[in-house]
Amino acid sequence: MPSPRYWREIPSRYRLEATRCGDCGHVSYPPRRICPECRSTAAETIELSHEGRVLTYTVVHVPPDDFLMEAPYALAVVETPEGARMMVQVADCDPASVETGMLVALEFRLIRREGKGGILCYGYKAVPAYPMGGEEEAELRSKELEVAHA
Amino acid sequence: MREVAIVAAGMTRFGELWGASLRDLFVEAAQEALTAAGTDHLDAIYVGNMSAGQFVGQEHLGPLMADHLGMAGVPSVRVESACASGGVALRTAFLEVACGVSDLVLAAGVEKMNDGADVTAILATASDQETEVYHGATFPGLYALIARAHMAAHGTTEEDLAWVSVKNHRHGALNERAQFQRELTTDQVLSSALVSEPLRLLHCSPVSDGAAAVLVCPLDQASKYTDHPVVIRGTAMATASLALTDRRDMAFLDSVAASGVRAFEMAGIGPEQVDVAEVHDCFSIAEICCIEALGLAPLGEGRHCARTGETALGGRIPVNTSGGLKSKGHPVGATGIAQAVELFEQLTGASGNRQVPGAEFGLAQNMGGTGASSVVHIFQAV
Repeated sequence: MPSPRYWREIPSRYRLEATRCGDCGHVSYPPRRICPECRSTAAETIELSHEGRVLTYTVVHVPPDDFLMEAPYALAVVETPEGARMMVQVADCDPASVETGMLVALEFRLIRREGKGGILCYGYKAVPAYPMGGEEEAELRSKELEVAHA
Repeated sequence: MREVAIVAAGMTRFGELWGASLRDLFVEAAQEALTAAGTDHLDAIYVGNMSAGQFVGQEHLGPLMADHLGMAGVPSVRVESACASGGVALRTAFLEVACGVSDLVLAAGVEKMNDGADVTAILATASDQETEVYHGATFPGLYALIARAHMAAHGTTEEDLAWVSVKNHRHGALNERAQFQRELTTDQVLSSALVSEPLRLLHCSPVSDGAAAVLVCPLDQASKYTDHPVVIRGTAMATASLALTDRRDMAFLDSVAASGVRAFEMAGIGPEQVDVAEVHDCFSIAEICCIEALGLAPLGEGRHCARTGETALGGRIPVNTSGGLKSKGHPVGATGIAQAVELFEQLTGASGNRQVPGAEFGLAQNMGGTGASSVVHIFQAV
């Protein structure tokens, strides 16, 4: 992804900015100029909660080239309390433990290393909402750092 | 609006065709159709193609293909709607003939996928780059999400999905142009490698090269080219949100339902009158969703149809007698036209050991992405 394109996406990718329709209340993530439900152009920018619920999920075993190091990884559709839906990876847990209805927190993470240059691209991943704490969490986090710097 | 008929068809074998280039494939299929019609004249050409620019680095297919067909000078343009490019090329040709601008138009589709490109990444460009692909979504991954949603809503099982592949391979085993001319068992499907849970390798259509072509003209001129034309009674297209996350119900394909309703209305028939159908089974779950959205099976019942044989040759409504995308192969831009070729043959009694006896109405449904675009055609034997 060329850097201007990446730069344009920063408000929604880094701050979870969305739009709420001033007429019907529909929440669009990322922001939209026209409400897909009622075509209103009256929208306010809101910031989504950093939590949500898994609506459906899969575990990707055959990834695109940029994600070869990550596979297998859990990919889920998560709905935030505002009603916004987003596709995110579910990290910090065994992919096999992800299930529909699971509560997750959204954390700012490294998403991908793009192309041959390995440019670091950031955004949000879901993690299990219950606190893991202790050694297990520390171990997972250091493992992720290792992968990030590999 | 004039009545429009298909008067000739041509198609390459589908598969890993290492010896054939993009232009070779197109020319082979198109020339077969022209020869069958006994003509060396065309008013226009539409080339259905998803992504030659990414697969082989070639854009501007309209003039390229017209030139290599020996038809330089003829208006020719590429039509793109991801994996529905072929179906949309046929619809565009229909519209041009129906409105009276042209009298003989070639609608073709072609894709060359096996030339060393990162196919998973290229196909993923038909979904939302910024919200889906960025986070590691793949096409099997997106259809896996649909499958999970369908399982949660209707109790669909992995075995139900496997039966779709088994049924389509049984059909494809009878098709000499199919990529995989062999049968499968449910055990083979359920023990194949996981691609994106719950979808396994044998739930997925393959990466294919191939081309297909049909010639369309006004029905009242069809006798110049053939004794057995097939009339296009209905054509319709619909769209839905590109991103799966923006759909209210991820287990139901709104665009397929809408394109089906519009095509049936135009044709003046209902789903119960369809004798044979080709639907877009890029993944086994897709065939189940499509037959439900088209009304060929009640909502929530589509999962049983392959196992019970309702959608098999000899059943209530044979679906994907060609082998479907799963067994025949899925050179993405060619698929919509290949569906029309299969139905042209079925409705003219030319399908040999795959023939549906006495078939009068045929339905083709072709979609792009995760159903963000869908195009439906209804054909009638005359």
